[in-house]
Amino acid sequence: MSLASPDTYSLSNKQKLALSLGTIGLLILVLAFANFGLSANIWVLALALGLISTGVVLYARAAYLDKIPGIKNDGVWYKSISSRGILGWLTGVVLTSFYIVLYFYPNLLGLGVDGAANTGLIALFDPLSQLLSGRDASQWFVYGTLYTVAILAFGYKFMLKYKHNKYQQLRTGSVMFFQLGFAFLIPEFMYRLNSDLPYYDLKSMWPLNYYIFDEWSVKAFLSSGNIGLGLIIFGIVSVFVISPILTYKYGKRWYCSWVCGCGGLAETAGDAFRQLSDKSTGAWKLERWLIHTVLVFSVLMTTAVIYTYLGYDSNNFWLTKDLFIKLVIGFLTLVFAVIMIFKHKELGKDAKYGAIGYFVLLVALLVMHFTGTTEEVFYIKASSLRAAYGLYIGSIFSGVIGTGFYPILGNRAWCRFGCPMAAVLGFQQRMFSKFRITTNGGQCISCGNCSTYCEMGIDVRAYAQKGENIVRSSCVGCGICAAVCPRGVLKLENGALEGRINSNDILLGNDTELRDLINKQK
Amino acid sequence: MGNRKHAVIIGNGIAGVTAARHIRKNSDMEITIISSETKHFFSRTALMYIYMGHMKYEHTKPYEDSFWKKNRIELLQEYVTDIDTDQKKVALQSGDALRYDSLIIATGSKPNKFGWPGQDLPQVQGLYSKQDLDKLEKNAPNNAVCKRAVIVGGGLIGIEMAEMLLSRNIPITFLIREDSFWDGVLPQGDSELITRHIFKHHVDIRLATNLKEIHADASGNVKSITLAETGEEIQCDVVGLTAGVSPNIDFLKDTSIETKHGVLVNRQLETNIPDVYAIGDCAEQHEGIGNRRPIEAVWYTGRMMGEAVAQTICGHRREYNPGHWFNSAKFLDIEYQTYGWVFAAPRDGETHFHWRHADDDKCITISYDKSTRLFIGINTFGIRLRHETMDRWLTEQRDVDYVLQHLKEANFDPEFYRHYEKEILNSFTSQTNQITNA
Repeated sequence: MSLASPDTYSLSNKQKLALSLGTIGLLILVLAFANFGLSANIWVLALALGLISTGVVLYARAAYLDKIPGIKNDGVWYKSISSRGILGWLTGVVLTSFYIVLYFYPNLLGLGVDGAANTGLIALFDPLSQLLSGRDASQWFVYGTLYTVAILAFGYKFMLKYKHNKYQQLRTGSVMFFQLGFAFLIPEFMYRLNSDLPYYDLKSMWPLNYYIFDEWSVKAFLSSGNIGLGLIIFGIVSVFVISPILTYKYGKRWYCSWVCGCGGLAETAGDAFRQLSDKSTGAWKLERWLIHTVLVFSVLMTTAVIYTYLGYDSNNFWLTKDLFIKLVIGFLTLVFAVIMIFKHKELGKDAKYGAIGYFVLLVALLVMHFTGTTEEVFYIKASSLRAAYGLYIGSIFSGVIGTGFYPILGNRAWCRFGCPMAAVLGFQQRMFSKFRITTNGGQCISCGNCSTYCEMGIDVRAYAQKGENIVRSSCVGCGICAAVCPRGVLKLENGALEGRINSNDILLGNDTELRDLINKQK
Repeated sequence: MGNRKHAVIIGNGIAGVTAARHIRKNSDMEITIISSETKHFFSRTALMYIYMGHMKYEHTKPYEDSFWKKNRIELLQEYVTDIDTDQKKVALQSGDALRYDSLIIATGSKPNKFGWPGQDLPQVQGLYSKQDLDKLEKNAPNNAVCKRAVIVGGGLIGIEMAEMLLSRNIPITFLIREDSFWDGVLPQGDSELITRHIFKHHVDIRLATNLKEIHADASGNVKSITLAETGEEIQCDVVGLTAGVSPNIDFLKDTSIETKHGVLVNRQLETNIPDVYAIGDCAEQHEGIGNRRPIEAVWYTGRMMGEAVAQTICGHRREYNPGHWFNSAKFLDIEYQTYGWVFAAPRDGETHFHWRHADDDKCITISYDKSTRLFIGINTFGIRLRHETMDRWLTEQRDVDYVLQHLKEANFDPEFYRHYEKEILNSFTSQTNQITNA
């Protein structure tokens, strides 16, 4: 930030102090990482996390507290950190390295292998983990703690930045709550109550939570009595019942911008990078191919994984391989048929791609069924398929690229290009939802603030300047486009399905006869 | 060029570009847009955000660069020096000439200057074009180079320039001829609220104050200004001239195209010369349409004229027939919207209802007919309204009581925002004591 140009955007003394405190906090973590002889004392950890949080909070207060409420984007494209400058790239490299170490070399963080005690950074988190769940920390506990601290501290910053905007404040409060409670504390407490239960973040649904239907996971749930059974039923119900209903009523934002942890981090710690998303039509094309490919992959992988551990004999368990594959194919066909019958018009050209996707899946499933064994599907081990998904999608795409590349690709690269959950919700949003962003008649001046600050890379202006509502599957409903609009043109709404998607060649405000004439000619 | 007709458009602002887009939708004509300002269309209203660091220049372009080729719209970065209306040719600075079948003049505005001494110094500038923006970047990169700026003229561009300079912590003295900001347009209550808001941003705002002279130092750079009323000298490094704009049509002076302040056009946007049209800021109606001014230098009207003229050029001759007046702006942090007519002072038979929130950052003014109670127009500050609803109520000729009782239906604020309709209605009731729950 000190590299900002023009130099007017240099930091105030308060902000410098805040940055120093935060840096000291980080330094303590680095010292622990380097095994510098810090005692694994809960107070040392508290000091480190406290300094980091205090730094962020003080920085935010210096930046926004005494300012008149309003849009605070001054100098965004002059600051090195937020405009892919040197600081941006450096931050990207550091974050990416952290993710690589976290996913692939946890021993470097001090993870004790084969029952050995933790050392280094992970050992520093042992006391906190002991306090919460009564066991030593893992790399995932360290990550979860830092993740939660980041959402809480930067969430506070975001709320101050948008102190005039109730929608922004409420949804930020919501992601802070869900992260702290559902993703962090409750799973730890659940472990304390019943140590056989697998880690389960109640709000994390399949296919985002791609391991919930793994054999070990399902076995662990089923062996944990009624609670476990209840949890896995909840997992299934939330995918197939709760989520479609909420998405129908409110759009996918109920999840992506109010509940989801990935979204939570993107909206808080990642907020400074939202303008870096690519708005070109090329990026849009890539997005549609990529995210749906990931979805197909995840459906296939999950089906394959479940398939391999199911039996052949219905006397042992009612759900056999045969029945399961029939159910999956039946469900996919039902969805496909409903869409093609009722929504063919809205899909337009995409209908073709939808059909291709469906048939690829179908053929793949059939091939799988006829070549599959208890061990293998497609003549490869289902576990390898699952491992590949976990590595390439779960770790590299969502973590290393999705978060590590915040300062380069923007804060929602994973949500936009990779998240299969976002693909499912987005599909529902586009087809069967009351949600839309309404364009306010002829008031748009094409300034481009909405498009620039859309983290999903939607060219919002392209719709607004046509007087057309924005109904896009990728829209996570963060509401920033409406906030930064200087003319009050955009409003996130849940309304009637009819007239949700509209398009006008002549906008409101001009000759009414001409408008009607031209808009009818289309 | 083949047999296809050629539409030439001078100016690549919103008016010219909209005309081009609609001609393309309705015909197979060749289309050429000429502009010396920039190669591609950008949103003029967004220039301020580039200086403020909210956006980069490329973000202000509403269409990707590939759009023009795809839609077969030729872009020519050139300056038109003259028009030969007999030969149907435009002369370009490069010496080339371009034949046209239809010519649209859409050259926009230029900042007003009133003959102030020193007005042509290098650090004296308006804020209209991309070149003006580049100039400001050079003249006022930060508050070390520009220790103070003086802005002359309290209108929409003046307040935008103030917001820009504030974003770089450059101290501002804001000279406003009127007794309160933009009070020739805004009713007193609205105007005073904005004036107080400008004060809150620590702008040294000088009301009822005129510029006398701009002084240069030995090397010919701006060093100060003096005020007409008091003779006070104010040290400054940049002077922003934002006292309105006028049509940018000097290049037409040797042509037979009839002009007054702007290019004179009839309701079909045709000039006195066949096949020559004028739209946008530079067009002047012989008489204002309804309550509109003969020259409308507004984004939306430029777009609407472009939509209308394209129909005429493509063989569906039509009048430019705008609907209900509307507009919007933003004064630092306060958004402003207007629908229908709210004049600074109520006209004969009209009256104003004004409501202001205790926080002094929201207010509305409604204009209505005293005897028939017909709703005439509304200004809102800090509250967004739905264009479609307001437009419908104006068409339906609703009375003021209906509008106030149903105001919530027109609200366009983001979800979870506090609503003020009840408070507004109560205030109206107690002010007039006439409304009943009929």
